[in-house]
Amino acid sequence: MSQKILFLAHVDESGTALPKVAYEALGAALEVTAQIEGSLTIGLIGERVQAVADTVGATGARILGVSGPDFAQPRYASDAAAVEAICRVVTPDIVIAPGTSRFWRVLPGVAARMKGRVDTHLTALDRVDGVLTARRWFYRQRLEAVMQREARPWFLVMDSGCHQAWTATTRPATTTTGATATTEVESIAVDLPAAAKRTEVAGVRVPNANAQTIRPDAELLFVAGAGWSKKQADGKTHLPEAEALILEFLRTSGASLGGSKSLVDQTGENQAVLGFMTHLNQVGQTGSTPRHPKGLSTCCHGEEPHVVGWRFISERRAVNLDPNCGWARGKADVLYVADAFQVVAKLNLLLAEKAQRT
Amino acid sequence: MNAYHIVVCAGIVPDPLQTLEPVNTATGPALKNEMMLPAVLDPWASHALYEAANLAAHAPGSKVWLVSAAPKAKLQQVMMNVAQKVSFELIPVDAPANGFADAHAVAGMLAEAIQFIPALDRSRLLLFGGWESASRGAGVTMQLVGEQLGIVDQFQGVDQLTVQPDGSFEILERIEGGRHLVSICQGPPVVLGWATGNLPEPKNNPQVGMVNMRSIMPALQKAKAGTLPQGAVRYLSVTPPKQQRQTQIVKDRPADEIAAELLQWILQE
Repeated sequence: MSQKILFLAHVDESGTALPKVAYEALGAALEVTAQIEGSLTIGLIGERVQAVADTVGATGARILGVSGPDFAQPRYASDAAAVEAICRVVTPDIVIAPGTSRFWRVLPGVAARMKGRVDTHLTALDRVDGVLTARRWFYRQRLEAVMQREARPWFLVMDSGCHQAWTATTRPATTTTGATATTEVESIAVDLPAAAKRTEVAGVRVPNANAQTIRPDAELLFVAGAGWSKKQADGKTHLPEAEALILEFLRTSGASLGGSKSLVDQTGENQAVLGFMTHLNQVGQTGSTPRHPKGLSTCCHGEEPHVVGWRFISERRAVNLDPNCGWARGKADVLYVADAFQVVAKLNLLLAEKAQRT
Repeated sequence: MNAYHIVVCAGIVPDPLQTLEPVNTATGPALKNEMMLPAVLDPWASHALYEAANLAAHAPGSKVWLVSAAPKAKLQQVMMNVAQKVSFELIPVDAPANGFADAHAVAGMLAEAIQFIPALDRSRLLLFGGWESASRGAGVTMQLVGEQLGIVDQFQGVDQLTVQPDGSFEILERIEGGRHLVSICQGPPVVLGWATGNLPEPKNNPQVGMVNMRSIMPALQKAKAGTLPQGAVRYLSVTPPKQQRQTQIVKDRPADEIAAELLQWILQE
């Protein structure tokens, strides 16, 4: 019997599109559907879902939607009710969804309600000997496993940057007047009990509104290590200078900022360190493992924990004063043995000159 | 401020500085010399524990329980250190839970252990844990435990919990782009999967350690054995990454030359 595959997505903050990772997960869902000759249904959640349904209508899949003001904001109780309602209609064998903060929060609970199983942070889906197989990392990106489950429904939550994003290859259908035809969405009504409205979303807060330093879509990850806050050749620390250099580099290069644990911890212990650095910036064993095409590490030292933070960075370069730095050797492509203060200052000048020319 | 019953779910993991090597066993993949590796309380669960203790200290009448499913010999070692940090009562489940154990089975064991905590008032329950872990790192166990306990106000990637004058909670959760989602929840029961929070690691306090160990040792001796079903997950392979880069070491170059080279590299498509 043909397996039923459900692709789930929620509307992003703009209200008119899906998150980028959703199109990547949709690409994976379509591939899996073709491999196992299954049937695909798309489930959408948001205040209004018609606009996003139109963006995926070209898949030809049946589209279900749960919409309304109660589903505009990420909230566990309402999101769980919406996803559960879609699952009850579709009764899927496989559920594929993008790894967003909203879905990471809610999908495990829905898997439990559906008596299914859930796996998250998946980096690939394949078919091995005719059986659906998932790939993910364990122990903070230090061991990679290939796994299968017999239990159904199996909820598979994909990480970003792991699959080609789906894009429509056919022109959208048009009406007789030439306007783009709307995609049919089967609406599912979900009435929330009062208990599901005990939480209200009050908004979004940026930790440091003056310096937004985390840019997931940036080409370059710039990692600052504890060396920036240490005494320099003149026997003094140069924190204001370090702050200015790093912020200027981030501004002119458009890079995203990562921090080593030692530097971030100093911030948490109220030592005088880089004011814009928070735990949100931390990469590595106990931080994040971002995916950027390039990474430039400065003033970092250490071993395994650092490597974890760089696992998904393709091209890596490092600037520090220790030519035998255990982390950079064998992990970076190029290690510049130099003073990062001087190098970044020169780099900022060059970036500024380039900006003026263009 | 209201009194809370705070239950912290925490696993133990190998010390992050240890090299990990996978091995195949009769019961599935495991780590080589797993029982010999130095272990620590999972870093995210540790943050949850510190936040729980801090909240309990500001809400008289509150109590903190630490529920952990782990081999009890390893758990005892880890407790020698953790017990000195903050006050709590340990609820151990003696189970061979490692990163390859099925999260659903582990969640079942934790939920059952929580349900049997004497004197636990579920209407005042704050279920704390890490939003990730340094073992499986799936970020699903807390939600599964919460569902089994019937808690529908759940938050993950929490960095801050503030009790408002009316008893409601303001909760900051990490979302994409280094931002926080701000939610107001009417109050317990809630599930909070903590990110790092804002508290530093408490200093060791031997007096707290001695008081804790008086209840921890008997609890470990009486720990119920938990069983993990085999075959829930079929692992086809578990391998460490083999990639070793040929690092080019560039020495004795002026900073402006290095900067020019880096600029070219940054601008390269």
